Amino acid sequence: MTLTVEPRGAARWLLHALFAALLALVALDAARAQLRVEVTGVGSDQFPLAVASFQREAQLPEPVDEIIRANLQRAGLFRLVDPGGEALATDARVDHGQWKARGANALVVGSVARLPDGRFDVRFRLWDTVKQAQLDAASFTASTAELRLSAHRISDRIHQSLTGERGVFATRIAYVVAQGRNAFELQIADADGGNAQTALRSREPIMSPTWSPDGTQLAYVSFETGKPVVYVHTLATGQRRAAANFRGSNSAPAWSPDGRLLAVALTLSGTTQIYTIDAQRPSTPRRLTNSGAIDTEPVWSADGRLIYFTSDRGGSPQIYRMAPDGSAVQRITFNGDYAVSPRISPDGRTLAFVARRNGRFQVHTLDLASGAEIAITDTVADESPSFAPNGRLLLYATEFNGRGILASASTDARVRTRLSGPVGDVREPTWGPFIP
Amino acid sequence: MNSLYRPTRIMSLPATAAVAALLAGCAATPVEQPKPPAPVVERPAPAAAPAPAPAPAPVARIDVAPKPIDPLTDPKSLLVQRSVFFDFDKYVIKPEFVPMVEAHGTFLVANRGRSIVIEGHADERGSREYNLALGQRRADAVKSRLGLLGVPAARVETVSFGEERPRATGQTEEAWAQNRRADIVYR
Repeated sequence: MTLTVEPRGAARWLLHALFAALLALVALDAARAQLRVEVTGVGSDQFPLAVASFQREAQLPEPVDEIIRANLQRAGLFRLVDPGGEALATDARVDHGQWKARGANALVVGSVARLPDGRFDVRFRLWDTVKQAQLDAASFTASTAELRLSAHRISDRIHQSLTGERGVFATRIAYVVAQGRNAFELQIADADGGNAQTALRSREPIMSPTWSPDGTQLAYVSFETGKPVVYVHTLATGQRRAAANFRGSNSAPAWSPDGRLLAVALTLSGTTQIYTIDAQRPSTPRRLTNSGAIDTEPVWSADGRLIYFTSDRGGSPQIYRMAPDGSAVQRITFNGDYAVSPRISPDGRTLAFVARRNGRFQVHTLDLASGAEIAITDTVADESPSFAPNGRLLLYATEFNGRGILASASTDARVRTRLSGPVGDVREPTWGPFIP
Repeated sequence: MNSLYRPTRIMSLPATAAVAALLAGCAATPVEQPKPPAPVVERPAPAAAPAPAPAPAPVARIDVAPKPIDPLTDPKSLLVQRSVFFDFDKYVIKPEFVPMVEAHGTFLVANRGRSIVIEGHADERGSREYNLALGQRRADAVKSRLGLLGVPAARVETVSFGEERPRATGQTEEAWAQNRRADIVYR
């Protein structure tokens, strides 16, 4: 079942929401850098809920209620019931029967009020309309700059209450925007693509950004000196350091879960092999693979016990894994002749990767216990999958209408979302960790 | 007299690039990064780097011999071909490119003062990181072939740009074929 965002029946409100969100984005000064959101698939057995319009002034800097709706829609677990246009106050009496009759098993109400000091009081209440009971309620004080974050935090709490799992709406993503052949930007944005900021601008390509486990640094590859060098960039200060700048090529950085080490791909021995280096200080690289073939794209499992990587030692690129000291190497993928870009889910159970099948390059997931493998996209040029920190969604790069865009898909392949920038090619997405 | 102007031109290009990079840095609105990014050094385009003359021609001598033809620019020479093209996900030099690689090997053996950079590339499909490694293997394949011909490794540098510097754009097999290559660049 596919639902496209067009003015059809129940989806009409969503179009309005998206259109309003789009207008709001355009109104922002940073609109040039914003990503537009489009949901392209919806599952059937989702939790039905309504998010009533918040009681708020019309010209709010950020449409908090609309951001919450878009978040929940994108998560793939909820079916949003048309709430009608009427705003409901947080403490308003709720006619549970009426909302239940509309098909909503839960209802979100809320308000945003401007405080005398210019900040905002944001509050919400989540009702179970079946049990006619309150599930959650909270209030936040937010500056204008924090309004989006407050919408994401409310979305996270709704997600937590209704699914028992942590939401990822308040996390951040990083990606690279290429404008022509000589303009590259490393950008950071909210998980919904909003609030985009540029961390680095370069005339030469930038690739493979990846978040430190604490979310304060990005490691990435930059060609600014004429060859690939791995940098570690501290976001709060803008300070950056060449972490791997050895003879030959330096690429594919991956953080150990404790943030102390970076696994990198180096060509010190000739062909590309995997090494570890200290993430924060100069160090002598420690070689992990010794294959004589291409070994690259290392990525640590969350428990730190395994490093997954790509190797063509068997004649075609496939996914392998090994212990962090390079021992106990094991091949993981066997289907087809091209499997690259391994990423492991936070619980260590699901491997995501890009496989070429019948000429299509698509993000696949492999259940490591059962061996079940599925393509989770319907595109043909997918790259760089990245798990959301709760493991529910995968963010990846793909092509749409001849341009590089970002997309996300639920790991059960039911819901897909496109995030496209107004100009340029967007690529190399990486999902940041939970922020405390 | 050309030589009088040449140095200015050499210096002005990187300087312009540096100023442009600085300006770009200043124009940025990096909220996460209060300081503008470190000026990015533009890698001089190969065309801008004047090829050092192989041997300065003797000046003010009575010499009626015809000027020797530079084999690197002689259209009749195999040496004007500088690109080796590869199949998808492959780094084996195909037979049709062997004579050309060997011609460069012979030239480099005979001209000890010359050194080269081999730049490896890949088409845009698949993983950027794997393509970077693949481009490296392509460059290394050409380097090792030259090594077999007696060209010392010290005079051959390799670098991969993966899929980051395509020669042809577009999602066609024609464009992709142009981008799966190793370029020999004389310094």
